[in-house]
Amino acid sequence: MSKIKAGVVVFPGTNCDRDTHYALKLSGFDVDYVWYEKKTLKGYQLIIIPGGFSYGDYLRAGALARFSPVMDALKQYIDNRGLVLGICNGFQILLEARLLPGAMLKNNTLKFICKDVYIKVERNDTPFTFLYKRGDIIKLPIAHAEGNYYATKQVLDTVEEHNQIVFRYVDKSGNPTIEANPNGSINNIAGICSLDGNILAMMPHPERASEPILGSDDGKKIFLSIKKALG
Amino acid sequence: MENIEKILKSLNLTVEEYNRIVKNLGREPNITELWIFSAMWSEHCSYKSSKIYLRRMPSSGKDVIIGPGENAGVVSIGDGLAVVFKMESHNHPSFIEPYNGAATGVGGILRDIFTMGARPVAILDSLRFGEPYSDKMRYLIDGVVAGISGYGNCMGIPTVGGEIYFDETYENNILVNAMAVGIASVDKIFLAKASGVGNPVFYVGSKTGRDGIHGATMASASFTEATAELKPTVQVGDPFMEKLLMEACLELMQGNHIVAIQDMGAAGLTSSSVEMAAKGALGIELDLEKVPKREEGMLPYEIMLSESQERMLLVARKGHEKAVERVFKKWGLDVSLIGRLVEQKELIVKTNDQVHAKLPLDLLVDKAPVYTRDARMPAYIRDATVKASEQIPHPENYKGLLLKILSSPTISNKSWVYEQYDHSVGTDTIIKPGADASIVRIKGTSKGIALTTDGNSRYTYLSPYTGAQIAVCEAGRNIACVGAKPLAITDCLNFGNPENPEVMWQFIESINGITSACLAMNIPVVSGNVSFYNETEGRSIYPTPVIGMVGLIEDVRTRITPDFKDDGDTIILLGETLDECGGSEYLKLVTGKIYGKPPNVSPDTEKRLIELLLAMNKLHIIKSASDCSEGGLGVTLSQCAIAGDKGARINIKWKYRPDIELFSESQHRIVLTSSHKYTNKIKQMAKAYNIPFTVIGIVGGRYLTIDDILNVSVDELKAAYNKGL
Repeated sequence: MSKIKAGVVVFPGTNCDRDTHYALKLSGFDVDYVWYEKKTLKGYQLIIIPGGFSYGDYLRAGALARFSPVMDALKQYIDNRGLVLGICNGFQILLEARLLPGAMLKNNTLKFICKDVYIKVERNDTPFTFLYKRGDIIKLPIAHAEGNYYATKQVLDTVEEHNQIVFRYVDKSGNPTIEANPNGSINNIAGICSLDGNILAMMPHPERASEPILGSDDGKKIFLSIKKALG
Repeated sequence: MENIEKILKSLNLTVEEYNRIVKNLGREPNITELWIFSAMWSEHCSYKSSKIYLRRMPSSGKDVIIGPGENAGVVSIGDGLAVVFKMESHNHPSFIEPYNGAATGVGGILRDIFTMGARPVAILDSLRFGEPYSDKMRYLIDGVVAGISGYGNCMGIPTVGGEIYFDETYENNILVNAMAVGIASVDKIFLAKASGVGNPVFYVGSKTGRDGIHGATMASASFTEATAELKPTVQVGDPFMEKLLMEACLELMQGNHIVAIQDMGAAGLTSSSVEMAAKGALGIELDLEKVPKREEGMLPYEIMLSESQERMLLVARKGHEKAVERVFKKWGLDVSLIGRLVEQKELIVKTNDQVHAKLPLDLLVDKAPVYTRDARMPAYIRDATVKASEQIPHPENYKGLLLKILSSPTISNKSWVYEQYDHSVGTDTIIKPGADASIVRIKGTSKGIALTTDGNSRYTYLSPYTGAQIAVCEAGRNIACVGAKPLAITDCLNFGNPENPEVMWQFIESINGITSACLAMNIPVVSGNVSFYNETEGRSIYPTPVIGMVGLIEDVRTRITPDFKDDGDTIILLGETLDECGGSEYLKLVTGKIYGKPPNVSPDTEKRLIELLLAMNKLHIIKSASDCSEGGLGVTLSQCAIAGDKGARINIKWKYRPDIELFSESQHRIVLTSSHKYTNKIKQMAKAYNIPFTVIGIVGGRYLTIDDILNVSVDELKAAYNKGL
């Protein structure tokens, strides 16, 4: 069986590209880096927009990246029902590009936060999560300054109604408490998907929790799920 | 030149130095040339007060590939790989403008690493602040931490460790020392040594502005109340630009295009061009017209002295110009051919055909002044021999005392700080901040490097020699406690005004202390930095040599962490607790003073202790290890309990007052745990290495119980530990 072809998008300032590349390789993907000036994404079965500080994120995280040539290619790729995973800065970019609903605010602590958090798998019927059990509590690291997901009541109601929330910040026992929410995100949202489930965006970093030696390999199932879904 | 004395003063040059220039040049320098001298002959660039002493430190060893003198030290770790590292200070800028001062400190030290062909894999920060209670100090702390976080996080390089001390001595002169560590292929190390007459000189990276002009000179003068006016001289960091610069340089380095490369740090274009040419015994000619500029109408000296960040100067191979331009343009960076190497050993600065400066390189570098400054032992040193414990009142409540020490700013949990640093990017940080040392694994091998910074300035104040030895020993012990073998060190020597003989004495004693410890422990010093003039309104800081150490662990699966692991494990103290409270955290806490004789230290003992621990670890019989340092045994036991979320029952055969045994800061001690069945084995091995061995307790329960004097729950320990900052 031939390997699944994955592309990791590299914007100027992306800094989790190498980590994501490594994690995908570990999970058995055939991986390319995709330079931000690329005009087509033909041939890829998975595109990952990794973490980092695209264009320095001096304005608003992801605000400039959405104007890159590769984003037009990405829209086409999405129209052709390709799978997209946005991690951290990737989540922010997908929001700025209006490919997912809502917006990202600065963390309510006003500081960058790097630590392990617990999240609950709310949906296991997506290509990204089906190797988890619904309600699984997994430990992944976060590392961001703007992860405070926000949506107006109207948008939020639709997002909840359409069951687009894939991950929520919870405590060890699975309760979505205020204390378990590291950044103030509305309804403890840590990850959402598109209506058709082909785009997943999340703030925690699964590529940083893909081997036991890193303290957790809870994130690896995301990559393995994708592989199985496509394979 | 009119008003020469006034000009010299503003440039921080002495009349003698000026006369030396005139005599050697055979003429008066013009103003551009004088500015170039002021930078190259500044303490910061020339090490004129420290040079003769720095040579004493051992810098060679079988694994050392490149010692002091280059951008960073390079040490082999096998498998064709080398670790490249250095520590540097950014104290003055950080006091004036904490965010950008600290940020550009990180930026500068990272450039030193990737300039050499290494990809940076870790940052550590050694910080010193005043007591964290005033608004001003909170502003400085917040600003420095945010600056480090802002720069390192954006670069995508994990900040994996460091230390923070709070002491009144840094009230008006904080210290911000940043260490960066990279990994390179041994056969792909790049140096700053130019070669090949006619080879093109490229300027790459950010444009040149007026920021930071004369930063090197600022770093070579004391603080006064007027220092706030220097705010515009602090450079502004742009980590995004540096990220692009790093990727572009590392990409270009894959090919065979670069002859020499040097970042533009202190004294910018001046020092980078002069150093590269001088190291290659060639000359260099620069055309300022070609330098990418951010502002109109910059004068030649401004261009030469600007410390705008994120810039590099490189000498390419003739015929490879297109390759250089292609890579930097790909990354959207300025790249400009601004000069070439020439035979005559001179620095020639021109705009088109107009010559602004023409100076012999040896006068700028080799013939720069070197001073043997007066040194005198300060009177207070004689008083620093008293036994401190005699003046400590008998405590009434041991539990309250322990909780109070745990919550003191210097001892308490620093997660508030390191959670603002991205320490997990890179997916290599396998021992995170908060342990004795951090470990970064090296993908594709079984290896990892262990990293720590150490330096207790209370000890170095009371006895610079002893304190410096302790810093080296403690760093080595921390490295060993995570299961790694000490490899080499970098040092950052923060001192007051070297023109003050008492400061000079502290400096020389500290150098001697580091030297003797490194010799005894067989650890070379491969890079470093001296920061003098840490003085405000005539008051110098405590002498603060900081040691950054790198260790090697051959198999990362054998790493050790400090947390208590399993109920029933035996707790063992290696080493001996003596009545040594001089300069201790406990003494400061109960008396408010820093005095007495600091703990005794023996680098030979330390070496044996480290070897013992590593030998035991080879047999896989150690479950946890942590060293005793600030706060003594009481704090170490608490930290192991907190980290493991497990209590312990401790029984000590008291030789001294219990408070002294719990909080004395005797050196050469490690608390380890092991399965009960290995206790005898450990005892035998300790005996063979001539290291004192005592079983002091057993892991288990939810309480830390120490004989009948103290019983405290792990949750209470945590609460106290977490409330410090």
